[in-house]
Amino acid sequence: MEWLSLGLPYLPFEALGWEARPGPCVIDAGGSPARVLLANLAACALGIRPGMSLNAARVLGSIEVIARREDCERRALEALATWCGQFTPALSLSPPDGLLLEVGASLRLFGGAEPLLQCVREGVRALGYRPRLALAPTPLAATLFVRAGEEVCIRGGRSLIGPLSRLPLTDLQLDPKIEQSLAGMGLRCIGDCLRLPREGLTKRFGAGFVRLLDRALGREPDPRPWYTPPSRFERRLELPRQTAQTEALLFAAQRLLRELEGFLRAREGGVQRLTWSLAHPGASPTRFTLGCIEPGRDAERFGRLLRERLTRLVLPAPVQALVLIAGAILPVASVQGELLDSAKRTMRESGEALIERLRARLGEEAVRGLKLVADYRPECAFRFCSPGEASAAPAWARRPLWLLPAPRPLASRDGRPCLNGTLVFSGSRECIESGWWDGGIARDYFIATDARGVRWWVFRERNSGRWFLHGLFD
Amino acid sequence: MDQRLETQLAHHGIWRAGTRSSAAIPGIPTGLAELDGLLPEGWPSGALTELLVGPEGSGALSLVMPALVRLGQEARWLAWVDPSYTPYAPALAQRGMALSRMLLIQAGGRPTDRLWATEQTLRSGACSAVLSWLETAEFRDLRRLQLAAATGDAWGILFRPGRALTEASPAALRLRVKSAARGGVIDLVKRRGGRTASLTLRHP
Repeated sequence: MEWLSLGLPYLPFEALGWEARPGPCVIDAGGSPARVLLANLAACALGIRPGMSLNAARVLGSIEVIARREDCERRALEALATWCGQFTPALSLSPPDGLLLEVGASLRLFGGAEPLLQCVREGVRALGYRPRLALAPTPLAATLFVRAGEEVCIRGGRSLIGPLSRLPLTDLQLDPKIEQSLAGMGLRCIGDCLRLPREGLTKRFGAGFVRLLDRALGREPDPRPWYTPPSRFERRLELPRQTAQTEALLFAAQRLLRELEGFLRAREGGVQRLTWSLAHPGASPTRFTLGCIEPGRDAERFGRLLRERLTRLVLPAPVQALVLIAGAILPVASVQGELLDSAKRTMRESGEALIERLRARLGEEAVRGLKLVADYRPECAFRFCSPGEASAAPAWARRPLWLLPAPRPLASRDGRPCLNGTLVFSGSRECIESGWWDGGIARDYFIATDARGVRWWVFRERNSGRWFLHGLFD
Repeated sequence: MDQRLETQLAHHGIWRAGTRSSAAIPGIPTGLAELDGLLPEGWPSGALTELLVGPEGSGALSLVMPALVRLGQEARWLAWVDPSYTPYAPALAQRGMALSRMLLIQAGGRPTDRLWATEQTLRSGACSAVLSWLETAEFRDLRRLQLAAATGDAWGILFRPGRALTEASPAALRLRVKSAARGGVIDLVKRRGGRTASLTLRHP
């Protein structure tokens, strides 16, 4: 077994989107007296340390205090676990700030332990987190290394004992009473305890303590509850500040889209419809759905579609949270490997991507194709369809390039139609007639030229004898 | 002429009236024998062609139709942005147009959307030709479209009202098309590296 432990020491900041605040700010641990749970870099520079009382911290400088949101942390952790599903199906949450991945079966696919660690690290960073990663043969050992801040990669049980022995006992997060008596005996690190007889340790500190050491070394099984990612993607992201700016919203949305990408990659699927909901304080949320032609999972592409929509959207109020709900998961046609022609592909956008972009801004109905229909009535001889649909070509007599949306009545003089003067007919008459059950038209069509030389398609209604304009030959 | 002056004038930045530019733009064959005399290098691809037309029925679409039919054989799309009427599918099919390559875009009434859609389709590289009916356009808008056409290697055909004749334009080719008693009159208003000319076409 190879366990990858992923620790997020700054999760309380990152879950709220506050990781990039320039000014000093701290997270309130809650409880009384109020204590600092975590301080950002600017706050640390002032001398503020985690564990300090909030009042002491306020004396050191003016700071922003944020209440801890454990629900947000939990959601972020679960979202990250879902994203990690692309590396292994064997995932376990270790709240409040860690994940465990059993990656023994995935090492070969990713080309070894180091490339895998690199891959996970880069992906998690792109999501906006600063992770600590350690790989070890047991889950507890991997967690302990992360807690101690040692990013190791240890494979095989034999090489574990050395580095593990050097870790301080405080990282085991023991009962304060036990911790105190260990310190009283002069025991500082795990190695100190391993050198002592088991019976004595059991007697002094209890069987639980010895079992903990055994689990860390892999001498005793350490079962972990597996995390089952949800079957559909629905994620809410709180924004650090209420905003109505497109760029700020896109930045936050990009994080959600990257999470979605990992979620979909784990399922080897893609989505066609994304529903966005922008939550406003004191107003009903703005909801809209973006669709694309081919199912996909590329965060960049979805981001571009969102940009087009957001630039046109009028928001009733600033946004405080983003919600992304993915539609049905569909199989993706093929894995887009780039072997050749990558330069050409970047220059030439695919037609599908273009159509999606146009539709995102102009509406679903604005981009269409044309199709022939085997019908002798001119109005019914074509219809709109989705672009790219093929049709067979029936044979007709000569037809005009432009058809008016509806026939336009023409004035007539002595039984001859007029338009910019009297029309001159050319060519032969074409009769088009249909039965009463089918609208009942009876028309004689002619090609007529007006005084300016423009050629029109006109018809005379057989029943009423009235003249109409129906098309333009260009 | 003086030999030294000749070499100076051979500079590629200098255009001399009467000589066609040596850097020929790869063109699209017009497919009309009469028009080939006027445009021996064909329609300029990767650039804008402006057709200044009358109110209706000037025959401008018929002029570009043979070239469009040829482009329709390619895998790329032919985009129609906001045509004044619905192009009639049976007539297009009769002339050999591949309807399955046609992209009809209704940008709605707003000129900004129309310009945006035209620019996007030109720039994407997914379209071999883009036909756009632009009522009004500023010089800088046209300049953007010209650059987009060059980026996406697309033939941009702008149908513009006749009054735009007096406005400056960065288009590679400008033609004024008027209908006459038994055909059409084509005035070549501007072309890159060539002189203006005129041609009378008869209806087929």
